[in-house]
Amino acid sequence: MERILEQLPRFLSQRNLVLLAEAAGMTLAMTAAGCLIGFLLAFVIVYLRQTPGRWALPVRLACIAYVEIFRRIPFLVIIYLVLFTIPLVLRDASLFVIAVVSICIYATAYISEIIRGGIESVPRQQVEAAATMNLGRPQTTLWVVLPQAMPVIVPPAVAFGVSFIKDTALVSQIGMFELTFRGKELNNQGYSAVLVFGTIAFVYFLMSWPLNLWGQYLEKRLAAPRSQRRRRTLRQP
Amino acid sequence: MNYTFQFGVVWRDLGALMDGALVTFQLGLLAFWGGALIGLAGAALKTFGPRPVRALVDTYVVFLTNTPALIQIYFLYFGLAEFRIRWSGEFCLLLGLTLNAGAYLTMIMRAGFLSVRRAEMEAGEVLGMTRLQQISYIIAPHIARTIYPALANFFIVILVMGTSIGAVIGVDELTGTAITLATVNYRWLEYFTVVAGLYIVLTLIASVGLALFGRWAFRVKARVF
Amino acid sequence: MPHLEVRDVVARYGSHEVLSGVSLDVDRGEVVALVGPSGSGKSTVLRVLVGLLQPVSGSVRVGGQAVDYRSAGQVRAIRNRMAIVFQQYNLFQNMDVMRNVTLAPIRIKRRDRREVETLAVALLERVGLGQKLHAFPDELSGGQQQRVAIARALALRPEILLLDEVTSALDPELVNEVLDVIRDLAREGMTMILVSHEMAFVREVADRVVMMDKGQVIESGPPAEILDAPRTERAREFFGKILRH
Ligand SMILES: Nc1ncnc2c1ncn2[C@@H]1O[C@H](COP(=O)(O)OP(=O)(O)OP(=O)(O)O)[C@@H](O)[C@H]1O
Ligand SMILES: [Mg+2]
Repeated sequence: MERILEQLPRFLSQRNLVLLAEAAGMTLAMTAAGCLIGFLLAFVIVYLRQTPGRWALPVRLACIAYVEIFRRIPFLVIIYLVLFTIPLVLRDASLFVIAVVSICIYATAYISEIIRGGIESVPRQQVEAAATMNLGRPQTTLWVVLPQAMPVIVPPAVAFGVSFIKDTALVSQIGMFELTFRGKELNNQGYSAVLVFGTIAFVYFLMSWPLNLWGQYLEKRLAAPRSQRRRRTLRQP
Repeated sequence: MNYTFQFGVVWRDLGALMDGALVTFQLGLLAFWGGALIGLAGAALKTFGPRPVRALVDTYVVFLTNTPALIQIYFLYFGLAEFRIRWSGEFCLLLGLTLNAGAYLTMIMRAGFLSVRRAEMEAGEVLGMTRLQQISYIIAPHIARTIYPALANFFIVILVMGTSIGAVIGVDELTGTAITLATVNYRWLEYFTVVAGLYIVLTLIASVGLALFGRWAFRVKARVF
Repeated sequence: MPHLEVRDVVARYGSHEVLSGVSLDVDRGEVVALVGPSGSGKSTVLRVLVGLLQPVSGSVRVGGQAVDYRSAGQVRAIRNRMAIVFQQYNLFQNMDVMRNVTLAPIRIKRRDRREVETLAVALLERVGLGQKLHAFPDELSGGQQQRVAIARALALRPEILLLDEVTSALDPELVNEVLDVIRDLAREGMTMILVSHEMAFVREVADRVVMMDKGQVIESGPPAEILDAPRTERAREFFGKILRH
């Protein structure tokens, strides 16, 4: 205990604080990049998964397989698979790229289930009405289904992304210099583990909690009927 | 792209990997049940407890669900050592996961508690049931049915995401075993491909088991896929 | 030669045969009322016509040309000539009234935006909703939504308009505002198939009444004949029930 108090002033040096702030920024950056790309890819997966017709059966099966496989593998295992696969495809990939790709693979699988749920929540009659007016599948999806599915998709997708900020701590394992990695470094430099990991936990908390509250606010707002929301929050065709 | 896969060594180590899978399964099960007990207590206190206790439960839930499980476990493993409390990696992992799961399960069970509608309790009164009968024949089954899908889902999350954290502090569960073995002969891709396969098998068994159990016990249609 | 000619159409949902050989003619400018008990397959006939359900056998001809519903191109062509109004309106919830009406004409039929918007305003004024151009569906009453749905269908400039129980989801006091619109259309010579339980209205606007039961047409003829002197026992029973209400 005395050790912690004794170390405290030195630990809170400007250098360490800047280091931790940068590391936190890195954690946020890679989570955001991975989840946003994952969000877009998830749309593609769901769209392909719902392709009608017999010839598209292999495509549908491939999409289902992707989602089922990567939701059932620990994130840490995905990280290692990416770490050792990427060099075969891409030489000199940075750790940041490896981290983002890993996050993206997992996020795509997970978010596509969220998107599928959102799309299935749009009444079938909306799609039928569009069909009788000769809207094609891309048009129906883009103009009719997605705008209505978004309020159902966004809150859980945001919740997933926010929750994933914490899970990216595992990326420290391959030496990616994000928050947890810096924590381990400081711990190795002789700073008390209680002090270091307490601080690190607190920094994660500062990122996660407000975003969680924002997510809850978003959920409430989007649950309100359209007429009570400000109009055109979602893009219209 | 001219990597040649050599699965030979991995098949030789399959026994060790299976042992790891067993450890993963046991850890997942223990952490889940421990967490479920905490969750039940937490949800009950949050619903019926006095104000300071409710605030305490809130604090617990907010802190543990907004910080990484990995850091919580580091705290137990490295932090407590400074107070001369030295627990094994397994124990720290299990304790950390249990406390972490407890926070999430408190939220899930609390949602279940809230879903009990007054009407249902009144229906029980009309039938002339005692309080205990109402709880055991109407309220408890209702809560179980409501939260079962979320619980089943969460078990898979612990089984996959949770237990693999052990690898980081040297616990020989499935991922940890693979890392230990791969460090020796560098067949990382082969080990991790097989490990991924084992996780898929493990979780599929768990999913199917949970779906069947849910259907049998609560008539819930939990989805496998 | 009738404008629309339906011959021996058979349709199934899964293994459940819903239409077992339905035949039906509609001349240009004619209003045909489709009546019959619930579950007799009236909606299904309309769904087959607009290509939402593929017929198993039988033929549909429009303007003398046979339609092959297995061909995506022909389905698209037929949907260019027919428009359907659903019982539940099915307006696009994420678009305001104007956008609901103009979307397909502008973006799909690629007609001139100005011309379509002028037409849309005219149609909406005609159905009494000139004040609601930028309202969203959930801000409108059922009757208003149904009138928007009719305007949306008319903006497509269909040769044939299909109306599926357009008043049955409405409160009684809203029924008339919708019926007025349909009455006008009939007067102007719009070709229509009208599924309805409003027998008084059917008697007034329909040129011909087709009675369905269990997936088959059991009677067909002028309203007076069918409604007042049904030939079959089944029809007598049905009208007896409905007219007594
Ligand atoms: N999507 C569907 N899947 C399976 N069966 C259906 C479906 N839609 C309708 N049916 C069945 O088809 C039969 C005919 O239905 P249809 O909707 O055409 O009847 P209807 O004459 O329009 O009845 P109503 O007056 O109640 O609207 C009914 O037995 C109904 O149960
Ligand atoms: Mg119908």
